[in-house]
Amino acid sequence: MSLKDKLNELHERGLAEIKKSGDLKDVNQVRVSLLGKKGPITEVLRGMRDLDAEERPKVGAFANEIRDDLTAALAKRREELENAVLNAKLTNEAIDVTLPGTPVAKGEPHVIQQIVDQIEDLFLGMGYQVLSGPEVEEDKYNFEMMNLPKNHPARDMQDTFYITKEILMRTQTSPMQARTLETHDFSKGPLKMISPGVVYRRDTDDPTHSHQFHQVEGLVIDKHITMADLKGTLQVLAHELFGDKFDVRLRPSYFPFTEPSVEADITCFNCGGKGCKVCKNTGWIEVLGAGMVHPNVLKMAGVDADVYGGFAFGVGPDRFAMLKYGVDDIRNFYLNDVRFLNQFTKKG
Amino acid sequence: MKISYNWIKEYLDLNVKPADLAEKIERTSVEVDSVVKPSDGLKKIVVGHVLSIEAHPDSDHLHICQVDVGEDEPLQIVCGAPNIAEGQMVIVALPGSRIADNVKIKKSKMRGIPSAGMICSLQEIGFPEAVVPKTYVEGIYVLPADAMPGDDVYDYLGMNDSLIDLDVTPNRGDMLSLYGALHDLSAIYDLPVKFDQPAVKEAGEPTADQLSIHVDEALAPQYKMRLVKQVKLAPSPMWLQIRLWNAGYRPINNVVDVTNYIMLKYGQPLHAFDYDKFAGQDVYVRNAKQGEKLTTLDEGEHDLDPNDIVIADEKAPIALAGVMGGLDTAIADGTTTVAIEAAVFEHDHIRKAAQRHNLHTDASQRFERGVNRTGLQDALDAAAQMMDELAGGTVQAGTVVAADNVPAPAVIDITMTHINAVLGTTLDQPQVTHILEMLGCTVTAAGDTLTVTVPVRRNDIHIPADLLEEIARIYGYDELPATLPTGRMTMGELTTAQKLMRATRHSLEGLGLNQAISYALTTEDKAKMFLMQPSETTKLAWPMSVDHAVLRMNVITGLLDDIAYNSARKVKDVALYEQGRVFYREDGTERPSEQEHIAGAITGTLLPAAWDQPAKDVDFYQVKGIVAAYLKDMAVNGDVTYVANTDMPEMHPGRTADILVHGHRIGFMGQVHPTVAKQFKIGATYVFELNLQAIIDMPKQENQYDVISRYPAITRDVAMLVDNDVTNDQIVELIEKRGGAHLQSVKLFDIYDGVKVPKGKKSLAYTLTYQDKHETLVDDAVTQAFEKVEKRLQDDLGVEIR
Repeated sequence: MSLKDKLNELHERGLAEIKKSGDLKDVNQVRVSLLGKKGPITEVLRGMRDLDAEERPKVGAFANEIRDDLTAALAKRREELENAVLNAKLTNEAIDVTLPGTPVAKGEPHVIQQIVDQIEDLFLGMGYQVLSGPEVEEDKYNFEMMNLPKNHPARDMQDTFYITKEILMRTQTSPMQARTLETHDFSKGPLKMISPGVVYRRDTDDPTHSHQFHQVEGLVIDKHITMADLKGTLQVLAHELFGDKFDVRLRPSYFPFTEPSVEADITCFNCGGKGCKVCKNTGWIEVLGAGMVHPNVLKMAGVDADVYGGFAFGVGPDRFAMLKYGVDDIRNFYLNDVRFLNQFTKKG
Repeated sequence: MKISYNWIKEYLDLNVKPADLAEKIERTSVEVDSVVKPSDGLKKIVVGHVLSIEAHPDSDHLHICQVDVGEDEPLQIVCGAPNIAEGQMVIVALPGSRIADNVKIKKSKMRGIPSAGMICSLQEIGFPEAVVPKTYVEGIYVLPADAMPGDDVYDYLGMNDSLIDLDVTPNRGDMLSLYGALHDLSAIYDLPVKFDQPAVKEAGEPTADQLSIHVDEALAPQYKMRLVKQVKLAPSPMWLQIRLWNAGYRPINNVVDVTNYIMLKYGQPLHAFDYDKFAGQDVYVRNAKQGEKLTTLDEGEHDLDPNDIVIADEKAPIALAGVMGGLDTAIADGTTTVAIEAAVFEHDHIRKAAQRHNLHTDASQRFERGVNRTGLQDALDAAAQMMDELAGGTVQAGTVVAADNVPAPAVIDITMTHINAVLGTTLDQPQVTHILEMLGCTVTAAGDTLTVTVPVRRNDIHIPADLLEEIARIYGYDELPATLPTGRMTMGELTTAQKLMRATRHSLEGLGLNQAISYALTTEDKAKMFLMQPSETTKLAWPMSVDHAVLRMNVITGLLDDIAYNSARKVKDVALYEQGRVFYREDGTERPSEQEHIAGAITGTLLPAAWDQPAKDVDFYQVKGIVAAYLKDMAVNGDVTYVANTDMPEMHPGRTADILVHGHRIGFMGQVHPTVAKQFKIGATYVFELNLQAIIDMPKQENQYDVISRYPAITRDVAMLVDNDVTNDQIVELIEKRGGAHLQSVKLFDIYDGVKVPKGKKSLAYTLTYQDKHETLVDDAVTQAFEKVEKRLQDDLGVEIR
């Protein structure tokens, strides 16, 4: 048998043994027996001394090739076996992935806050400032400078918590209109602001009335502000809060501090405008009051009503939340039942 | 005000359904509360002729009636009404009919006698009792004799009309009448309107010879009277009764009904006096005198106020002007001479009188909002003429006009440029002029400027802005484009304070607390609890309830109320925070100052028990961890320290700490005193409250980059026995002070005060970490520094190193 034949035989036998090896120990034994110093390959190589000088490099190269191939086969077999061991171990470590995750402590913003934040962010993006005013107001700002003199019949529309004759719990966020108009420097640019906050009315709490609720006032005053701008702004607001499918319509109304005054309705959520019980079959739901700022309000705040004008609006986040989520009792917002608060967890 | 669709159609050639008309009114004019057709929901209710009646054998009040309902055979109906009589035309609900409230009428037996249907009262077919003529309140209604048996009753009773209920805003007094509404609809639909004004047929003596009126013109700028003699009181004709009850008025007689009808039609409240009951021929319009009394038509007795306006004769007040007439001079059986008053009273006086006497009448409502100052004579004439026609009265010659100060019409200049600039439209002059003319204005144009003369009846229009509203609403708000403001750019950005308040909320939510919004008005007791600084309470002058009568001076009590609410509903684990204002008032000032606070309250467990995690009741240190993490988030620049406070009455004396930044107290935290918790009916609760304004105002630590050392850190642990009254703060402070240049941190990792520790002592164990930023620390150097600290601990605090 030539050396080459021997090597070929060794190669085949080696590969068979490697294949047969069942664990890492076997693999090691095979490696030692095949490739070790006393192994057959080494022996064959030793036999090369007897070869011709011509033959020797060829057989040597061939022997090396075979050794390399066996080495690679051993490594491959080792890896296969290692993987099998690891896989068996991992299989053993399997857990029930359907068990609940460990609870983490996590709080939620109040649903009213979420709506206020959403409104703030929308208007910040349109270049409005956010201003907050005092909750305990002067009659002057809450009423008189809003074109509601002492004997104005519309004061009856707003039952007021008075503290003294001149001091009261603000019934609306509108006093911030007067306060801001008084101080705004129009040479620096137009006035664009919203003012969110808590307001108070002398009401008995029931499912649709609360002596405390929220308002967001909006005010834009510049040289060329139109009622069409008001309509467009309210449309953007409705789309932001409720979705693009919602339309806005304006209806005539009356507020002493705006002229013209309008109520804004949006498409009924419940029926999408077809008419249902919620919207009293009109397809529309009243959501806010607005209008073009009354010249008297501007004049009383020292703004030249012949040059400047604009619009104002007041929205009720409580009402928005009630409409948006179908909340049937406004008191839920102020009783802070955890089961209620945890229903509004969606972010973004 | 309920306005009749059929009535409108008499004057306006409208071709729209009632619901569409109502929608149009709502979109263009005033809000509509409802549109109701009274016959809706009723079925098979017909005229019946009572052919005969006999007493029910088993009843002392029931009658067995044979009723012709236009069919071959009469129906036998058992009826219990006291006023049933042979020959009457009555309202019959046939078997299978539906009456008010969707009640179904079936054939039945009443005390053994078969009864095929029901003879109805007006209430039973849906009339409010308040509009049913007095005669028929207690029994069935009797239809006119010419009604046809078998016909549906609805047309006989005006029930096929549609009634549009207008919710008129305070500025639109003109809409409180048919004529006012017609004017608006005329402009809305661009249709001419046919107003009718009857001529008065005068006869008899001059009124002026029979009546002298003395008026304080400041109280009544307009005041007129007519006299109608020889009236014969009787029920009004059916058409008039229908108009009245459909508008919500009870028909009374052909004089009183006329005054109500004219008010509905013209908007001018009228009052009819029985002239013969006047003491003398002189009538005075004046302020009431101290001590005067008046019994009004509704039999209410009123002590008059000197600010009330009264109509008086020689002796006494006979009416509360503009509000309600007096009972003594009321139209009643036997009245033959009627004095009709048409006047305008000063609105503020009327508003206050109505409030003072709690008499909000249709007349006072109209005077408060202002009536048509140019329409008094027409209304007075029409009323007098109707009393002639309906009650056979003789209208005396002339009107006594005691005052007739009609204001001049408003004349307003407005430019087309201004109109389009404010509305955002591109209207042209003919469009605008047409709208204004349809509203009754006179318009003259000169270049860009329109000079608009406004009819006096539109007392809400004074300035250009008022005209803009008229133009916009008639043109249609739907026609306005929708744009966004253009012009100079502005930055929209939250202020630093606003950013911090948002960050505060996010931080606390991240730490596991739900945001609460509680009531800021509370009880006096609760307002005064958990006070962080001395303050007077601020009270409402007229609270609705004691629960919400005083402004809060702390936020915690609101949260405790919330916890109580949850606890009462078996929700035991509650973690809430609230950001809101407290109201501190200094003695001698009226108005409190408002301070932003942030507070939290936790009861039960912060993390719910789970299969892999046992429940752990909230404790002081958990809340302290939250407060500390929050203050770290706020980057409060300065040492935050917690100092035991044993003196807050609402707090556990052993588990309360003041929170100080740089030695300045910004709040407190700890466990609510068990007695207070019991008052609130809640379990063990931990709270904190911080002056958020102070946090806003404090300097903040900016984020900055610090090189992370590449050299290894070395740690040393030390355990020591110390006296119980030595605090962690003392030990840490000492270690930090004496730890050497390379000490990076000190961390408490164990506390033990069990059996192996002598009494009065506790065992504390700390890990000290040393590191140098620039080179590898040598072990010897650390050992040296560590031993130095151990020695100081022994010397200064008397600890025993273990």
